[in-house]
Amino acid sequence: MSKGNSNAGMRKNKKTDLTISYIALVVISIIWLFPFVGLLLQSFRSYDPKVEYGGMVDYLIPKTFSLDNYRFLFSGETNFLKWYGNTMIIAFFVALFQTVVILCVAYTLSRMRFKGRTFLMRFWLVLGMFPGFLTMICLYFLLKQLGLTQEGAIPGLILVGVASSGMLYYVSKGYFDTIPRALDEAAMIDGASRARIFFTMTLPMSKPIIIYTALVAFMGPWCDYIFASYIAFGHDESYNVAVAMTRWVWTNDYQGYFTRFCAGGIMIAVPVTILFMLLQNYYVEGVTGGSVKG
Amino acid sequence: MKGDIKTKLSFLIMGIGQIMRGQIVKGLAFLISEIFFILYMVKFGASYLSKLPTLGTVETVKQGRKTVYGDNSFLILLFGILTIIVILVFIFLWYLNIKDNLHDEELLKKGKELPSNKKVLYSLLDENFDKTLLAAPVTGIFVFTVLPIIFMICVAFTNYDKNHQSPTNLFTWVGLKNFKELFSFGSHGMGSTFFQVLLWTLVWAFFATFIDYFLGLGVAMLINKNGLRFKKLWRTILVMTIAVPQFVSLLYIMKLFANDGLLNGYLIKWGLIDSPIQFWVDPMLARVTILVVNIWIGIPYMMLIATGILMNIPEDLYESARVDGATGWQMFKNITLPYMLFVTGPFLLTQFIGNLNNFNVIYLLTQGKPQSMKLANNAGSTDLLVTWLYKMTVNDTNYKMAAVLGIMVFVVTAVIMLVVYNRLPSVKDEEGFQ
Repeated sequence: MSKGNSNAGMRKNKKTDLTISYIALVVISIIWLFPFVGLLLQSFRSYDPKVEYGGMVDYLIPKTFSLDNYRFLFSGETNFLKWYGNTMIIAFFVALFQTVVILCVAYTLSRMRFKGRTFLMRFWLVLGMFPGFLTMICLYFLLKQLGLTQEGAIPGLILVGVASSGMLYYVSKGYFDTIPRALDEAAMIDGASRARIFFTMTLPMSKPIIIYTALVAFMGPWCDYIFASYIAFGHDESYNVAVAMTRWVWTNDYQGYFTRFCAGGIMIAVPVTILFMLLQNYYVEGVTGGSVKG
Repeated sequence: MKGDIKTKLSFLIMGIGQIMRGQIVKGLAFLISEIFFILYMVKFGASYLSKLPTLGTVETVKQGRKTVYGDNSFLILLFGILTIIVILVFIFLWYLNIKDNLHDEELLKKGKELPSNKKVLYSLLDENFDKTLLAAPVTGIFVFTVLPIIFMICVAFTNYDKNHQSPTNLFTWVGLKNFKELFSFGSHGMGSTFFQVLLWTLVWAFFATFIDYFLGLGVAMLINKNGLRFKKLWRTILVMTIAVPQFVSLLYIMKLFANDGLLNGYLIKWGLIDSPIQFWVDPMLARVTILVVNIWIGIPYMMLIATGILMNIPEDLYESARVDGATGWQMFKNITLPYMLFVTGPFLLTQFIGNLNNFNVIYLLTQGKPQSMKLANNAGSTDLLVTWLYKMTVNDTNYKMAAVLGIMVFVVTAVIMLVVYNRLPSVKDEEGFQ
């Protein structure tokens, strides 16, 4: 009898416990989704003063829904499509080359033992302690010598994004470390060269980490403000979306541009988010794997 | 002096010994690198190296309408450093060349055969595959990270600023003057500003790291609860924050909290306040708001990591605790938390370091503002060392102080790393939890 009672009590306890959890999660979800909902709603508010004001207002839901802001982005009044294309090109090539570089470095450091290996890893760790954009002016100058600033800022930014990416080997190396070395040794006994092992055995087994690396590399350039603003300085056509659209929010003269910024933000966020959601599992795997190893 | 005539010849002409012994590929590689080195030094390196001690003496002058350019201190410093490194690399190559010669000689004396050219090339795909794979990445890091960092460290000891911009003006070495300026507390010094910014940087990094850590852990446990449904949905909602580029979400949130923003608008409309809350204007409030917004950024990431780790905690630990009649809180305090802290120690450290240098959150939200009269060099109340450094470079072109600040960021990071790393339980005691 008493046992039954306590069981029922526990069940009831568990039920209220779960209810509280659901309420908490719903509140959390609302808070986390609010900025995106707001962004979406405000992107449909017209900037035309005859219809509705395009700057900051004190209400969330627009009085009239219009596609004015999207029309503006595609109308060619600004270089929005150009900026979008620039960012896409940079992101694509950075993702491609950065993945190649990281995989090469990670494999080497995981599988080969050579003189200076630990020195190299320590040295890169120390280099990483310098703030990245300390070197900004120097890089700007180096790129300028090669003609890769202003007009040539896009290949320049790709170069900057790729050149030093070898230092980001950590997560991938952790993954390679988990592939048993016995496999390599068996292949070597069969007479395969290390290059052959790398290309025909290790890489096909590393699909999750390749996708993770490429995804992280692809997302980076979409937020790159620091280098992009410095290297493309003053040349509107070479801006990426982050540099170009930040102006719409920061400069007060551009009050009316706030809804346009929202529309642009949606244009950027939607494809990137869809890509991310599709590959979410790989991302989670990479993040958790990388952090636990430290 | 050891070695036969072939080896001795290669003291002067690199690679000649290898070529004479039939190892044409290796020999040519050495020979070509020597030729390049000599060409570089004659055409380029020597003149820059000779000007390095002064960073140039010939001023740029205007003769009528024409500008006659003199020395360019920037170039002299950059290529001077490059030349020194090229010389060091060359000496190393020369040493390798001699060693290789002696090694070959030894092999031949013992009557063994030297590896064929084909074999030498093939080794680049096999036992020397590391060199093939690392060549490009290491070069990239050297040119785009190592060289610029050495350059900027040197800039900290010069007077390179807006009054000494190359190519119009020369700049030169000034010793420790810039460091003295940073640490002097007089009316001209930056001492008090520096320590205020440093203090806020540390405070920010501490709270940003630990608030996010515990709240993220809490949310992860909430979602992981037995019997809770739609786990994937809750996670996906949170993960959207990671997916959407930060400049979009953070700039929107910045406007959300603005004086004429949505939040203030609704609060006034509902009659809760009369005048807008000065989220970004009041220094203290701006700092708190940044920390709050950072929770929005940080929890999803932490939640993902904690979820992975929570699943690894052996279930029987909880079982036996439950048999002993432990409450939920006791189980959290004695099992979950110690386990988490143990496993995520290094992660916490990297998070902390990352937050010290968290440019995006601060710059996109406040750009370091609100500005304060009490702070020198345009520093603002929410500026971290890195955002201050950025503003000094871009707005003030005060390169010398930016370089000094960069070195200070490095020192702070390195000290924290050294002090904390060796005390981490998972480093001290790797087997601890197994």
